[in-house]
Amino acid sequence: MSQAIRPTWVHATILGTFCAGFGIALALTDDITKAPIKDRALEDKMNSLGQVIPKSIHDNNPVNDAIKLPSPNAGGHGAPAETVVYRAMKGGEVTGVAFEMDASGGYGGPVKLMIGVAPDGKLLGVRVISHKETPGLGDKIDAAKTDWITRFTGLSLGNPPVDKWKVKKDGGQFDQFSGATITPRAVVGGIRHGLEFFAANSSRMMEKK
Amino acid sequence: MSASYGRIIKDGLWENNGVLCMLLGMCPTMAMTGTATNGLGMGLATAAVMAASNLMVAMFRNYVTHEVRIPVYILIVAANVTFVDLVMNAWMHELYKVLGLFIPLIVSNCLPLARLEAFAAKEPVLPSFLDGLFMGIGFTLALTAIGAVREMIGQGTLFADAALLLGNWAHFMELRVMPADWGILVLILPPGGFLIAGLMVVAKRLIDLASGKEIKMAGAHSV
Repeated sequence: MSQAIRPTWVHATILGTFCAGFGIALALTDDITKAPIKDRALEDKMNSLGQVIPKSIHDNNPVNDAIKLPSPNAGGHGAPAETVVYRAMKGGEVTGVAFEMDASGGYGGPVKLMIGVAPDGKLLGVRVISHKETPGLGDKIDAAKTDWITRFTGLSLGNPPVDKWKVKKDGGQFDQFSGATITPRAVVGGIRHGLEFFAANSSRMMEKK
Repeated sequence: MSASYGRIIKDGLWENNGVLCMLLGMCPTMAMTGTATNGLGMGLATAAVMAASNLMVAMFRNYVTHEVRIPVYILIVAANVTFVDLVMNAWMHELYKVLGLFIPLIVSNCLPLARLEAFAAKEPVLPSFLDGLFMGIGFTLALTAIGAVREMIGQGTLFADAALLLGNWAHFMELRVMPADWGILVLILPPGGFLIAGLMVVAKRLIDLASGKEIKMAGAHSV
């Protein structure tokens, strides 16, 4: 490569051309992939809804019968202002609801949960939608890795009592993992907040169409 | 002066291995070797980006002036990482859910940049592509090896969750080599990465010494 001194505008033009070229290429790629990525995100949502609301209890599409409620401030910073509550219905009666909840206090930021609750306040199921916890340690909250998260099914705010809704290390009744307390603590807290959110808004959530 | 293909392959895989010899790319090496599967995933994504970036830089090498080459290289690596990220998210979504976490980290890996500067900026397209590819595979092997050791001693398994990365056929790889309650936690945590990576570097040098090779501290700039 020649080391002759070139005027600044030559370098500027070269760098500018590369920036513009790759900028256009990236914009095109983004444009092409935008729709498929949105579809995938929706599929993921339907999948996680399906895991917390059993198919047998509804004859509608919960995404179509969703309502928006003001978010509880439990999610902490950056929590969305509104929480979408997906409602499962059978014959016009609400048979279960599901909503996303940010469990704050995770090791790598908030852990996004999908929480399904039956009209009587019992958990239909809980799944972790996304998280940034340590691979091999905190990621055991993921249903694909261990069945830890499934033990919440059937529990409610009174069962166990509210002061037992903690990991064992904090005097509660839920197991932490060996080597990881922070993540399960965040998830247990997030589920408790979710149940409190349900209790505070259940009349709105149960409204018939 | 074109390096022979055999030389390129040997350098990438062993003699000038990015991790074990040049000690580059230490950030993902520490962060992503908690299990062999994570090391493998990170390595494969990096190899793809390295091969593509080396190819592009070699194509454009006569049009980029010396003074602005570093910003242009970084631009090329970052653009490739973004392409891989978007395309995988759209059309390889299952794989993306596993690897997605690792992909943005590739930008912060200095191994791709080192190979662009040391090799692709001076060599024709095909050797550059091969250099990127085999340096990437060498990186993958090193990360998988470090991950395997950390995983076996740290939590007693080998290739745990490989099926999430590679598909259902890979279940046979998921082994439990130690009892379930076995595990020396420190090896899963970041210090374990330093320990095992360091020991691997020592092991590589002992092997090289035993086979009568001269140990030299290879820099990123040796071709």
